[in-house]
Amino acid sequence: MMMEAPAREPVNFAGLLKDAVFAAAIAFGLFSLMLGLKTDQTLNNQMVLVPRPGLLATVVGLVFIGRFLIGYWQAINAGKIKKRKAAATPLALKIEKYGTAAFVGFLFVYPMMVLGTAGPSGAIKWIDNLGIQILIYIMLGWGLNIVVGLAGLLDLGYVAFYAVGAYSYALLATSEPVKEFMAGAVGPTFWPLWAFWICLPVAGILAAFWGVLLGFPVLRLRGDYLAIVTLAFGEIIRLVLINWVEFSGGYAGISSIPRPSFFGVPFNATESGFAATFGLEFTPIYRTIFLFYVILILALITALVSTRLRRLPVGRAWEALREDEIACRSLGINTVNTKLTAFAIGAMFGGFAGAFFAARQGFISPESFVFLESAQILAIVVLGGMGSLLGVVIASILLVGGVELLRELDFLKAYFGDNFDPAQYRMLIFGACMVLMMLWKPRGLISVREPSVFLKEKKAVSSDLVKEGHG
Amino acid sequence: MDDPPAPACSPRAPAPAERRILMRALSDPILKVQNLTMRFGGLVAVNDLTFTAGRGDITALIGPNGAGKTTVFNCITGFYKPTTGRMALRHGAIDIDAHVERLTDTPNDHISTADGRLYLLERMPDFQVSARAKVARTFQNIRLFSGMTVLENLMVAQHNPLMVASNWTIGGLLGFAGFRNREKAAIESAKYWLEKTRLIDRADDPAGDLPYGDQRRLEIARAMCTEPVLLCLDEPAAGLNPRESLELNALLRSIRDDHGTSLLLIEHDMSVVMEISDHVVVLDYGTKISDGTPDQVKSDPRVIAAYLGAEDEAEVEKIEAEVGL
Repeated sequence: MMMEAPAREPVNFAGLLKDAVFAAAIAFGLFSLMLGLKTDQTLNNQMVLVPRPGLLATVVGLVFIGRFLIGYWQAINAGKIKKRKAAATPLALKIEKYGTAAFVGFLFVYPMMVLGTAGPSGAIKWIDNLGIQILIYIMLGWGLNIVVGLAGLLDLGYVAFYAVGAYSYALLATSEPVKEFMAGAVGPTFWPLWAFWICLPVAGILAAFWGVLLGFPVLRLRGDYLAIVTLAFGEIIRLVLINWVEFSGGYAGISSIPRPSFFGVPFNATESGFAATFGLEFTPIYRTIFLFYVILILALITALVSTRLRRLPVGRAWEALREDEIACRSLGINTVNTKLTAFAIGAMFGGFAGAFFAARQGFISPESFVFLESAQILAIVVLGGMGSLLGVVIASILLVGGVELLRELDFLKAYFGDNFDPAQYRMLIFGACMVLMMLWKPRGLISVREPSVFLKEKKAVSSDLVKEGHG
Repeated sequence: MDDPPAPACSPRAPAPAERRILMRALSDPILKVQNLTMRFGGLVAVNDLTFTAGRGDITALIGPNGAGKTTVFNCITGFYKPTTGRMALRHGAIDIDAHVERLTDTPNDHISTADGRLYLLERMPDFQVSARAKVARTFQNIRLFSGMTVLENLMVAQHNPLMVASNWTIGGLLGFAGFRNREKAAIESAKYWLEKTRLIDRADDPAGDLPYGDQRRLEIARAMCTEPVLLCLDEPAAGLNPRESLELNALLRSIRDDHGTSLLLIEHDMSVVMEISDHVVVLDYGTKISDGTPDQVKSDPRVIAAYLGAEDEAEVEKIEAEVGL
């Protein structure tokens, strides 16, 4: 039997209209001088006022309609009882599981799909600017997720480890002594071809080492203090890279970093190049597609390791640390080591991503490792829902892909004039999205926690119970 | 009775049955606290406290609010470093008095002999008191991992053995069978304690969703999963209804009798204290005012004065002068 809707009070249209007229009047008062008049210069260098009644009328009209619609929406929703936030269901976990599987499958066919639709020259943009860029941020997000999402340690300087990884690879690969040594030991062509594959683990290990180095002094800090010190750490690394010119090249950065080879086969137009070896026509797209798969595999390794770690004692200790540090110590958990492993493993994945970034760009400078990068990676983790891998993916696509898509909105110039550049508005949109998220879903897009072990039934834990850590 | 002074303030000789219990407590000690003093700036929270907890005993630490009971707990479990004092805990049959002076003269925190091992708790950081000396504790304001499930809470408590079994994560990451078997054993042990605390049906629910009484029991189960020799409970009956209180008594007795774990508890609920304790130590303003069997303590005039006030005003003033108010 259908439930009968409770009797609702009729919507008071007169009141709504009055309200809207009032709002429009305020808008008229505000904008009549700000938008309604424009100062301009004539050819005689005289200042004149240009009235813009059309624009003013449009804005006031929009305010009128907007206020009316908001009022109407509030009125029809007033009678409804707000449903209690449904408890986390296993459905959410199912969505996460199958959603992730479907997404990974999609990623593997993505380059082929794009190649088929856009052709070799058009596909580069979609694979490189969109695909690789998003995957780098997904990987960074997953790495930072270990520190922030699992262990609950707010790290505002994550980009430092990204920088350590990038510079480790760039410096080792371009260093003359290393080149000479390798040329003497294995032959002259060895190092440029294999540098990436050898330096990748080295970059990760060095970043992990710097993670531990950062971890030691901040172990005693919590909350805001921890955030400030990690922020400072990120800036210190960047400033050292700028100012220690002999070491890192300063602002000029490091250029002609060797590109990764297809396990020893370079991507070039020569006889021994990738295209010739496999009997293909040479285009630069092969390298891009290869890079896409490299970062895809690296990101998947990150995801695999961090899901696995969550089910191991060390991962449970991280989460327990986020929930209650004192209780952890009362259970015999060495919180110092636990925090250090979180910093080190998070930093290691940042280092891998950094080495890949250097190899993909072929050029790095301190400009790439500013605080805004840290903020963006952190925003991805927070928007995604702390601790959720799928959330990080969605947030990366929205934040990184969204900005890239803004560049595609050239048709808007038809409406707003030729000077309109949608990409200029990315920070505004970014900020607005953040505010909306904080209002709508303060714990992120995927705000349920999946238990690491279960007896009978895996029940998701609602984010209302999950703590956010000490900072 | 050798090292700690005999119960100072018992006005009458213990009856033979009581004496037997008390003697067992003091002839087989597990923890000896000697001259423990804890100062916070000018405030003396614990003043020269000496007492012994017997192996296989339920020792209750009682006293009015602010008497310093929780401070004593925090010192024993390593959360506070005491200003002065010694806390010796033994595993096995090692003679505390024979070895404790020698151990104190070394910089070590423990000494091993064929009979067992002796620890100086004041020399150990908090997590090692639990991991090595095997002293577990619960908290006055429950500290569960509320966003983790009940089962996960008990798995975290078995962190150290699991960490060894996972070869410090590497073996676990590679999925070695040794770790998987050890994890199964850990789940079994968690199941045992969940059944014992009647929480097995809620094993997969978040700990923060449990009602208050269940959270208290879960905290005890979690502490027991660390396989302690001494379990320190800070007001385990606080906020429980009479039925839950009775259940708690049975649980604590079973922990003592079936698992050989000694208990040290802070409690305000006198029905719990008098019912299950073998030995009661009374603190007031950081100083021990009575020490003995529940019956001895119950009739000690100083305890009565501390709890209920003295019979007339003059006596109150006398007592206040004694404790320095």
